[in-house]
Amino acid sequence: MKRRRRISYAKYGYIFSIPFVLTFLIFSLYPTLYTAFIGFTDLKGLLKTSFSVLEDPFQNFRLILNNASFKLSLANTLKIWVMNFIPQILLALLLTAWFTSNHNKIKGQGLFKVVFYLPNIITAATIAILFNVLFGYPMGPINDILVKIGALSQPYYFLTDKTASQVIVAFIQFWMWYGYTMIILISGVLGINPEIFEAADIDGANDVQTFFLITLPNLRTILLFVLITSMIGGLNMFDIPRLFNLGQPGNATLTTSLFIYNQAFSGSYLYNRAAAASMIVFAIIAVFSLLIFLLMRDKNLAREKKEARQLARQLKQGNFLKKGGGQ
Amino acid sequence: MKRSNSVGRSAFRLFIYAFCVFLAMMSLFPFVVMFVNATRSTFEIQQSGVSLIPSRFLASNYAILTGKTFDPFVGFYNSVIISTGATALAIYFSTLTAYALVAYSWKMRQAFFTVILAVMMIPAQVTSIGFYQFMYRIGMTNNLLALILPAIASPATVFFMRQYMLGSLHLELVDSARIDGSGEFSTFNRIILPIMKPAMATQAIFIFVGSWNNLFLPMILLTNKDKYTLPIMVSLLRGDIYRTEYGAVYLGLVLTVLPLFVIYFLLSKYIIAGVALGAVKG
Repeated sequence: MKRRRRISYAKYGYIFSIPFVLTFLIFSLYPTLYTAFIGFTDLKGLLKTSFSVLEDPFQNFRLILNNASFKLSLANTLKIWVMNFIPQILLALLLTAWFTSNHNKIKGQGLFKVVFYLPNIITAATIAILFNVLFGYPMGPINDILVKIGALSQPYYFLTDKTASQVIVAFIQFWMWYGYTMIILISGVLGINPEIFEAADIDGANDVQTFFLITLPNLRTILLFVLITSMIGGLNMFDIPRLFNLGQPGNATLTTSLFIYNQAFSGSYLYNRAAAASMIVFAIIAVFSLLIFLLMRDKNLAREKKEARQLARQLKQGNFLKKGGGQ
Repeated sequence: MKRSNSVGRSAFRLFIYAFCVFLAMMSLFPFVVMFVNATRSTFEIQQSGVSLIPSRFLASNYAILTGKTFDPFVGFYNSVIISTGATALAIYFSTLTAYALVAYSWKMRQAFFTVILAVMMIPAQVTSIGFYQFMYRIGMTNNLLALILPAIASPATVFFMRQYMLGSLHLELVDSARIDGSGEFSTFNRIILPIMKPAMATQAIFIFVGSWNNLFLPMILLTNKDKYTLPIMVSLLRGDIYRTEYGAVYLGLVLTVLPLFVIYFLLSKYIIAGVALGAVKG
């Protein structure tokens, strides 16, 4: 009886998955394969529906890989991502250390979290244009302030400066995301076994020691998660560079996504080249996704291992601190 | 010794507060300027870019804004349709898919979950060329459904729902419903969905906001002005016709994010908790 019941219910597992699977096949998998296929064809031009595979199928890929703008867009994307990520992770870690320390007892953390996270939820397109007008010349608000406080003797045209434009795009990303990263890290710290912190406290570890010897090693998985998701997000950066300065000046804020968009949708209709570029970016993202996939699959395993390792280290560390205290 | 230590501690705490207040001001400053300048005339803004005192040109800015290509009502309408539709579909079908993964043991279950994990991080952007060509061929560009229907397959939401379900659903409940003669689908709708409410609410906020803020796909698919979403409307403010109309541009920016500000200040507690939960679960 029981056996028959289990067999008869299993089919609902399949039935209830049908909507997801069908939608995935139609709207995700097929477009992905189609994009890959277009990369090998001569599909370009508006409203064109007939196309064929090129005699040299890899021509588009070769052209893209040798394209100076594409290389520049990869370099820009990397540069802007690094300029955003390093300050972002450092600030998030610093705030995490402060907010989770037992000694500081910072009040109003809830409010600070709400305010720091705010930019993340606001439309990126709106934020990009807002920063564009804030940095306006000659009388945008930023120029106005900088001239009034005497930091500049006359208004500066930020939007025509390559480095300034890249730094501002990186700053916007940093500004939008450090609150998110901080909340993730804080919740990671709260997930660490409190006994470890208590033990460290009893052993006389100060905040700095606790942070570097206990908090950071325990956050490793989450830090890796933040790093990889941020990289994937960075490779898809579109709204901000597009609407802040249209990839300008001199293609200084041209990112890979913007490059793909420009190839396909802003006048040239080179769908095949855009598809080839997409697939190259896709390959890069797939590698990062694979890392995340392995990370999450092994998370429990890794956590168990880490806890064991942590315990061992903890014991050693405890002895060390006790000795230090005794001297 | 102890006293100087506690003085040092207080000074340090004061420094932390000052720093956090500085960061808070950094977060808020651009939005304050945006809101205030939306009420000031272009002339006032050009005289001084920053002011904390609202002026009285809101109505004239609105007239200038809507006198050109910007139609906040059309954008709002389309954005609401897409975001609501996508959110409802993503929530319902992700929960259903998660239920299939948790409540039934079937042969392909593990393989299916592995696929979901593997495709979770792949962004829509890199497949946009194929998606656009596909939609163009079947005549679904300028059709809002092209942006709503794909939400039925939301791998990240399925993942979240599954994690939540594993922790909060007792299968005895399903068994007793079966004894009472409830069909499987009806059990899901009547008994499982109410249990999943907290997780559904959290995910709903993030899916709604994500869909509301989406620019890339709507921009390539929707070329008809009547179908523009708010982010597409915003991108028009970047164009030449608004070049010198600063007051109107600020007001346009305000109109696109006003609903988000309302949602955020009503639900910020749940949103922050949801972000933190995503880290633990994800």
